[in-house]
Amino acid sequence: MSIRGRLLTLVRGDPQADRVVPRSGQSARLTLATSAAMAFLAVFAMALAMASGRLADRWSSALAQSSTIRLSAPLAEMEAQTSAILTVLEQTPGIESARALSDEDQQALLAPWFGPDLPLDDLPIPRLIEIFETPEGYDADGLRQRLAAEAPGAVLDDHDRWRRPLAEAAGRLRLLGWLALVLILGATGAMVTLAAQAALSANERVIRVLRLVGARDRYIARAFMRRFTVRALTGAAVGTLAGLVAVTLLPSARDTASVLTGLSFSGLGWLWPLIIPPLAGVTAYIATRIAAFRTLRGLQ
Amino acid sequence: MIEMQDAAYGYGAEPLLSGLSLNLAPGSFHFLTGPSGTGKTTFLKLCYAELLPTGGTITLFGQQANSLSRDNIADLRQRIGVVHQDCQFLDHLPLTQNIALPLTATGKGGMVDAGSLNELIGWVGLTARADAVPPELSGGERQRAALARAIIMDPDLILADEPTGNVDWDMSLRLLNLLVELNKLGKTVVIATHDLALIRAAKQRVQARVLRIQNGQIMSAGADL
Repeated sequence: MSIRGRLLTLVRGDPQADRVVPRSGQSARLTLATSAAMAFLAVFAMALAMASGRLADRWSSALAQSSTIRLSAPLAEMEAQTSAILTVLEQTPGIESARALSDEDQQALLAPWFGPDLPLDDLPIPRLIEIFETPEGYDADGLRQRLAAEAPGAVLDDHDRWRRPLAEAAGRLRLLGWLALVLILGATGAMVTLAAQAALSANERVIRVLRLVGARDRYIARAFMRRFTVRALTGAAVGTLAGLVAVTLLPSARDTASVLTGLSFSGLGWLWPLIIPPLAGVTAYIATRIAAFRTLRGLQ
Repeated sequence: MIEMQDAAYGYGAEPLLSGLSLNLAPGSFHFLTGPSGTGKTTFLKLCYAELLPTGGTITLFGQQANSLSRDNIADLRQRIGVVHQDCQFLDHLPLTQNIALPLTATGKGGMVDAGSLNELIGWVGLTARADAVPPELSGGERQRAALARAIIMDPDLILADEPTGNVDWDMSLRLLNLLVELNKLGKTVVIATHDLALIRAAKQRVQARVLRIQNGQIMSAGADL
């Protein structure tokens, strides 16, 4: 039978074959409840993975397109070296624009820490030059070498040392989210395997009768496989729905842009959790199939 | 149909049955007798590949029993109707569905014709009990239901293990008559029983061969039977 045929048979079911195996209340409830709980957790794992992914992208893109040069030089050389740096920057491919921050700009930056009346002229404050990159970016190492030659007191800060750990942390958080999703699916599979094995063992007599009247193992296994697949699918659908409702009730991301406040989906991302019930169904199908044939082989 | 050549079977190191050499021809009627525990049920299980010989060879419908796959065994059992001593029903299904189980379980459920099924249930005298579940049936009713289930696939061979073990004499004769009728329709019948009166009654109705298991060997019974 083709895969499509098998799927259709699985979905449609065979009412006569379904009746052959007695309904076992405990394993049915266990499969339903655990699938629902796992799907609920899977929604959160997915939301975490997607939110941390968005955060990593946001941090990366926000800092990736700009850099800063910090110039520390004697006051008499400050203007000359600033001018030399701006000339170098104008000639450097990959730099869209650059500007030296005015005293007012620098005062505004320092005001939160030192107050608005800071006498900049009396303090050895370095000059800051803001660089805006083209999308292609520039050669940071090459620029550093040129700056060392033209303005020895200049230090290029391309934000890499800030950006990289943040992006890496967010990336790892995203990876953990997906890993959690895989583990949840694995745990669902293990749980369904145990429930299926318990159901098969409890129905050993039924299996013997079916074999006595000429049923093939495939038929016997299918009776269990369909039952557990449908239960896992139903439980996961309920759990996913509950998970989505819970996610919508979480605080939304504001300017803080943190993981905790941004644990949600955005746009078409809301459709992603819809793959959880089919994934749970496929996992249950495979787990029950393996458990069924293993148990049937043992019942000679 | 079934051929045994020096076949043997043992549950442990010591063989329960050995040196089994016989041929069950199509349309024949056999009784298998002997004291309890001598291996009658084991012999029947060898006939439907529930057990496989530990020595010699058994050929079932032209196929070596030891080389059969699970699917081959399942296919083979569609040609063999088994009436077990304890009947072996699915207790959650009503009688009608239990009798139709061989069709359902072999994917021929769509071929269940309600008229034919009712006719079969009527033939074994269980029309009034069609909707009852097995635990509600008496011993005789269960044996007749088991017989109906055994023949619903129109098998070539019917194996009955102590089919009259739990029923009174009248019911025993009724079951015997049903099996004799089936034999007259060309079915091969093997009945394991220790009820000598039943064997004598059968010999008045059908030409039956009586086999006795003694000391692990199978042999033709004496003239007293």
